[in-house]
Amino acid sequence: MENSKNLEEFQAKIDAEIKIEPKDWMPDEYRQHLIRQMSQHAHSEVIGMQPEGNWITRSPSLRARKILMAKVQDEGGHGLYLYCATETLGVSREQLIQWLHQGKAKYASVFNYPSPTWADMGAIGWLVDGAAIVNQVSLQRTSYGPYSRAMVRICKEESFHQRQGYEIMATLMEGTAEQKKMAQEAFERWWWPSLMMFGPHDGDSPHSSNAMKWKIKRETNDDLRQQFIDKTIPQAELIGLKIPDANYKLLENGSYETSDIDWGEFWNVIKGNGPCNTQRIKQHAAAHDNGQWVREAAIAYNEKKQQKLKSA
Amino acid sequence: MSTDNQGPIWEVFVQSKPGKPYKHVGSLHAYDKEMAIENARDLYTRRNEGTGLWLVKAEEIVSVKSGDEESYFEPADDKIYRHPTFYNMPEGSKHI
Amino acid sequence: MESNLYKFCVRLADTSFILSYRLGEYVSHGPFLEEDLSITNVGLDLIGQAESLFKYAAETKGEGVTADDIAYKRDESEYLNFHLVEYPNEDFAFITVRQFFMDVYNYHLFTALKNSSDPTIAAVAAKSIKEVNYHLQRSRKWMLRLGDGTEESHNKIQYAVNELWKYTDELFDMDAIHKSLIEEGVAVDLKKVEKSWIKEVEDTLSEATVTKPEHVKHSLVYGKNGGHTDFMGYILTDLQYLTNRFPDATW
Repeated sequence: MENSKNLEEFQAKIDAEIKIEPKDWMPDEYRQHLIRQMSQHAHSEVIGMQPEGNWITRSPSLRARKILMAKVQDEGGHGLYLYCATETLGVSREQLIQWLHQGKAKYASVFNYPSPTWADMGAIGWLVDGAAIVNQVSLQRTSYGPYSRAMVRICKEESFHQRQGYEIMATLMEGTAEQKKMAQEAFERWWWPSLMMFGPHDGDSPHSSNAMKWKIKRETNDDLRQQFIDKTIPQAELIGLKIPDANYKLLENGSYETSDIDWGEFWNVIKGNGPCNTQRIKQHAAAHDNGQWVREAAIAYNEKKQQKLKSA
Repeated sequence: MSTDNQGPIWEVFVQSKPGKPYKHVGSLHAYDKEMAIENARDLYTRRNEGTGLWLVKAEEIVSVKSGDEESYFEPADDKIYRHPTFYNMPEGSKHI
Repeated sequence: MESNLYKFCVRLADTSFILSYRLGEYVSHGPFLEEDLSITNVGLDLIGQAESLFKYAAETKGEGVTADDIAYKRDESEYLNFHLVEYPNEDFAFITVRQFFMDVYNYHLFTALKNSSDPTIAAVAAKSIKEVNYHLQRSRKWMLRLGDGTEESHNKIQYAVNELWKYTDELFDMDAIHKSLIEEGVAVDLKKVEKSWIKEVEDTLSEATVTKPEHVKHSLVYGKNGGHTDFMGYILTDLQYLTNRFPDATW
């Protein structure tokens, strides 16, 4: 049968680390899995611009202002690379946006939390981007060509983000008592949500086994999460932050043991009951709807111009 | 209900410095040529990635049809005589 | 008592700074993602311009004053920016028109200031011109797309042009301080900038099928004399929040 031969050849490419490109034959499940994963990745970047964009106008120095604006701009850029890579699978950006607004597509649940203080700019950059880096470095080797290339680009840019965040935290921890308190509280707010970014234990994750077989995913959620914990705890201790986990301890093998994650919280936020779910979508939908007349005007103007050229 | 007014897709090619080939770096949506090249600059060259930009509408790109790859590319496999390493040179010969 | 040069730098810096504030507010609210990035880029260029001028102003003041001190620690009447840049991001038409008016102005102003007798001002102008050239290409095209796009976009642009026109007189006003700096060769004659501005704006409005508003002189206390719109108080409350709340902190 045509299909089983195609499937064999497809799996052989995967096993031989040959990238799958847009016009290659692929199982429909592979295509759908990628559309879901890549578009949700794109949505995450764009929604993430909201909690961080919150403090651009209140940035307390010229340098901090430039850096934060550039960082948020980068996140938009990452969203763009990922939307474009997703479109190579035969779905339009407009459709992806509709699915987001309808709640059919998700985004990283970490962005459903608010950013009430300046220190949150530090915590988000350091922890959330830090977790994203661990995940994205691994994804550079993903089997789908456009996704892999987008990840390589994104990884180059992401490490500035993490440094931007860590620098803010370090500066606050060397500052006044109020600044230190602000930093510690932000750390406590973002620690657990960042760990949850890696997703549930692989046994509890519905899409995990295909993702590993097709090398969409290269390492397990738990492995990546552990890598992040092991890198981050020493960074926190270095600047004098208290780890918000009474049970954490350094093991002989250099790894850290930490308490169990409250998965109830994770699923509740994914379900839509986080602090900011509604307003994140509302803001995104408002921008999209308010921009309709602009997009229509751009199309109309271009059409008029083309007409003039034709009749010239 | 919303109609698709995202505009056409453009493929972006960046030349990292004069003399180098143009490399495909990704794509973007834009409504006209001017917007396409301005957006490409803001999207793909924020970090001094290049000194040249080419944009092509995705629908204009010609590529090898799916399924034709074998007949397009495999015939070259057995024409190793096109490569210099195929040839035996007398020992001691230089600059050849 | 601040020198004329200090005031000159701060007037320019404040205008770029407050305009970049408005653009910073707009991040993630753009009509499509590419445009969001594009506008943010303009905002980043403007902060850069403001920072260079704040630094120079700080140097002229001396006494250990920094660019951040000037940017963040003044009262409303000490900010010397144009009214135009305080206007809120009412919609993409207002953002476009506000930006276009300022881009045409900055283009002609910096072109002239490249020949300033003050080497620092000349250098800032020379660097800024490259950025402004790009900003102007962008905003001019948007004026055309929206002015001559759909009926809806045309009406919105016409409305924004009508509303913002009253703030354009201020761009070309010269006081005694400015005139004295012209004599030193530091500043330039804004009447010449005005001529170029009017011509370029008229040409674009015409191509965009937008009607130029009637000129009516409004009673405004100009920014250079500490006058502002109602919006300025809110801008400063937001912008200065952390530095006011934690005056001893470093960031």
